[in-house]
This record gives sequence, structure tokens and C-alpha cells, in this order.
Amino acid sequence: MTRLRPATVLLYVLGALVLVYTLFPFYWAVVSSLKPGASLFRIDYWPSGLDFENYRAVFATQPFGRNMLNSVIVAASTVAASLGLSVFAAYALGRIQFRGRSVLLYTILGTSMFPQVAVLSGLFELISALGLYNNWFGLTFAYMIFTLPFTVWVLTTFMRALPREIEDAALIDGAGPLVLVCRILLPLLAPALVTTGLLAFIAAWNEFLFALTFTLTNQARTVPVAIALISGTSQYELPWGQIMAASVIVTVPLIVLALVFQRRIVSGLTAGALSD
Amino acid sequence: MVRPRASLAVVRPSWRTRRAWLFLLPTLLVVAAVAGWPLARTLSFAFTDAQLDQLDAAGWVGLRNFAYLLGDPDWWGAVRNTVVFTLCSVFLELTIGLGIALLLNARFHGRAVLRAVVLVPWAIPTVVSAQIWAWMFHDFYGVFNDLLLSLGLIDTPVAWLADPATSMAAVIVTDVWKTTPFITLLLLAGLQTIPRELYQAAKIDGAGPFMAFFRITLPLLKPAIGIALVFRTLDALRIFDLIYVMTSNSRATATISVYARQQLIDFQEVGFGSAASFLVFVIVGLFSVLCVAGLRVGREDVR
Repeated sequence: MTRLRPATVLLYVLGALVLVYTLFPFYWAVVSSLKPGASLFRIDYWPSGLDFENYRAVFATQPFGRNMLNSVIVAASTVAASLGLSVFAAYALGRIQFRGRSVLLYTILGTSMFPQVAVLSGLFELISALGLYNNWFGLTFAYMIFTLPFTVWVLTTFMRALPREIEDAALIDGAGPLVLVCRILLPLLAPALVTTGLLAFIAAWNEFLFALTFTLTNQARTVPVAIALISGTSQYELPWGQIMAASVIVTVPLIVLALVFQRRIVSGLTAGALSD
Repeated sequence: MVRPRASLAVVRPSWRTRRAWLFLLPTLLVVAAVAGWPLARTLSFAFTDAQLDQLDAAGWVGLRNFAYLLGDPDWWGAVRNTVVFTLCSVFLELTIGLGIALLLNARFHGRAVLRAVVLVPWAIPTVVSAQIWAWMFHDFYGVFNDLLLSLGLIDTPVAWLADPATSMAAVIVTDVWKTTPFITLLLLAGLQTIPRELYQAAKIDGAGPFMAFFRITLPLLKPAIGIALVFRTLDALRIFDLIYVMTSNSRATATISVYARQQLIDFQEVGFGSAASFLVFVIVGLFSVLCVAGLRVGREDVR
């Protein structure tokens, strides 16, 4: 056997430390969620058994199924609306030379720097006036403020990277602008659409401030608000077992998504940040 | 007369411009409705005494809200909290993120697994990580107190989130855990663009690892660090969810966003709260402008 060099040993020790640091909180949530009743208040570092009482209780005592449905619908419609709008915007910004193009691009990008609280009172008034308070449409509309600048920006950079010849050939063949965008450019953009759509979905799924402010009833809440406001039988005793169970339920799909689309997410995040 | 089919050469500039605007129009309308208009309303509310339940009955009060705001010690406390939170969390994230990125750029077995694992905190929703860490920081049943008590580092359990002396630190630790992966990813992408030959050449010239780090890695990583810094600082200045979920409206940790929302919604003081919200916008906006200018200057240096 070859002798391990000290530098190599150090690498593995550091790797193990990073592993524990990164995973322990989630591990702890899983372990806590599987402890029934009073055993939650005894600290064992290893799972003592599998008890799904907390998971049952989340769905039985809270409208958590409904909250998840709300989150899925709001996030999905936010993604659909932002991608639908931004494909056309990105075509104009990425492939057509016209005056004021970069001013427009930077104006749209600039809105992604808006603090959400800065538009809170104005949006509250608008959403109430349009009758969108406490429902899916209000949240979908509000979420465009952070998803739309992101999808426009990333799709514009992808549009720019497409070869000129494809567009020229299509135009010479007599394709109109709509055909060009929908039939020719869209399929080429599919990978970029998946990446940006996924990142926009996660951003909408995780949003808290608007969801907290623009919904009123427990039935209309999305998952983050439901998890933040879960309350137990008494005001002073939070049902930590249920909170941890709910946390695990909503996190597992996201972790799976993140691991499956790891490469795409990394390239999407770095493209969004670095392709300036 | 048969018009020739539009090809690139034939399409006149005005035609293309019109088409571009047509394609952009829906997006611009939505951006104006969801960002422009509400911001304008926030600014106009800031000069009134509007209440949440009767927005129409607002009366003009001039600069009174801003005068009260600048005289309110709680506002300045929130400003201080925001600055402390931003400086500490961004500094720690950058340091730890750089360390992990360097580790993940080294060659060892299991590196691919570790690269996937570091994404986990990024994938966990902020509210969920806030709750998980709040549970770990729990004064009676929390894992931290148990660990520290059994190691003999503390004698009595600490109420990490309730005690004003420790709550800011607890919130920062949570934020660092949650957002370090983003920095790690950006810096790792930056590290991978540095040619390995540079390090070999440095080794031949007799440079040690520290020399190589300070003379090669850091200078070439500067653009990536700059961008990570800007993105994270902008997010930290606006932070709301993590702090609200972990410590509610506690004065020890309330940031400017938490302060503004409390005035707007909990106290229903839309006029006064809008003044605070607008100042949050001005603070973040000023910082953004400074950063964009700074990044541009940095880029010119490289050229």
C-alpha cells in the first residue's frame, strides 16, 4: 500500500468537515421529524426509530396539502408567464439592432435590484384594486418583479450566442418573425429555457415577503408562509416535530431537483452572474 | 406588384425597430405594472399620512414622515443592524466560500460527490433553513446547547435567539450556511478558468503554495470575487425572510426591510412605512450604482 501524504490526509479531513457542516442541519431536521411526542425533547444524535406521526399530523392538523398545491400552481404559472414574455423580449434585445436597446436591457435588469419592501405598499394597493388579494393570481403577478428580469437577461445572452446564419436562412425562406421565434429559435433555446425555468421556479417557490403580505387566510398561504407561521395547540409551544416534518417534505424535492440538474443549475447561476 | 420577401438586407431599420418594440411591449408593460408603478406609489404615499385600511383618505403631510424617520432611534438601530449583518455575513461567506471552492478545485476521490453536496443548503428554502436553525438554537431542546454543555464550553443553556446579545450572531451563522454555496459555485467557476500551467511554471520558479495563492489565484479570481461580493451584498442589504422567521420583529436584529414592513403592515402606517421603504430603495440603489461603477473600473484595470 502506498503511504498517504500529509497533504492528501488534510484534503480528506477538510472534505469530511465540509460534508458535516453542509449536511448536519438537514440531517438534524430529518432525525427530529421522525421523533414522536416527548422523545423530540431528548437529544439523541442517531435516529432512534421511524415514526411518521409528525408527517401525518402536518397534513391532518394544517391545510398543508393545500399550501403545497398553492405553491406549485403559483411557481409554475410564474415560470410559464415569465418564460412566455421573455422569449420575445430576449429576441428583440438579443437579435435586433435598434436604438435604446441597451438602455432597455439595463432598465429591466435594474428592477431585479429593487428591494421587495420598496414596492410593497404600491403593490398592495394595486393587487387589492384588481381583486387579486389572497389568491394565486396576485402572487403570480407580484413574483414577476424578480423572475422576469432574470429570465429576460439570461435568455438574451443565450439568444446572442445563437449563430446568425440560422436566422438569415429562416428569413430568406420567408419565415415571419413569429414563426422564426417559435419554430426555429425556441427549440434551440430549450436547454436555456429548462435552466432559467428551473431557477425561476425555485425563486418563486421560496418567496416569503409577498406571500406573507398578499395572503390572509391559512388556505391561501404558500408553503414558506405556512412553515413560518405553523402554530400548535398553545400559543407558547411550537410543534417543532411538525415544523421539521413539513421542512423535510418541501426540501426533498428541491434537493433531488438540484442534484439531478446540478450542471444546469451551476451553469445557469454562473451565467446569470458572470455573463455581464 | 409582388413585394420581395423580407430578407435581412431588405428589412428597413424602422421596420426592425418597430418589430423589436412590439416584441418587447408585453414585458415592458408587466415590468412597469409590477415595479415602476408600485415604486411611484410608494414614493407618493411617503408624503401622506395614509393608513392601511383607508388608503384613499390619505392627506398630504410633506416631509413630516421623513423627519420622524430620521429622528427615530429604532430606524437607526435597524440601519446599524443591516450594516452589521451585511458586513459580517458577506465577509464570512466569502472567506468560507473561497476555502470550500479551493478544496473542491483540488483533486481527490469523492470530489464529485462533495461538489453535489455543497448545493444542498442552496436548495433548501430560506424559511426552512431559518426554522431548522431556530430549532438547533432552541434554548431547552436545541442541539447547540447540548453540544456546548457536554463539551463544557458553557455552564448554562443560552437562549441564542431570544437574548439580544447573541441573536444577531445566530442569524448571521444561519445566513452564512445558507448562502455560502452560491459564492462557492461562482468562485469554483472562476478557479476552473485559471490554467494549471501557471501553477506548474510558478513551482518551477520555486514559488511555494502561499506565494502561488497570493500571486496567481487571488489576482485572477478578482473579477469572480467582485461579482460574488456585489450580488451577496445587495441581497444582504435587503434581507427580510431569514430575520423575520428567526427573531420576528426583535429590535436586536430588525433590519431596514423588517422595520419598514412592520410600520407598513403591523402598525398599518402606510405613509410612514412607505417613507422607510423608499429609503431602503435609495440605500440599495446607491450601493448598486457604486458597485456597477466599481466593477466597470475594475474591468478597465484588467484590460
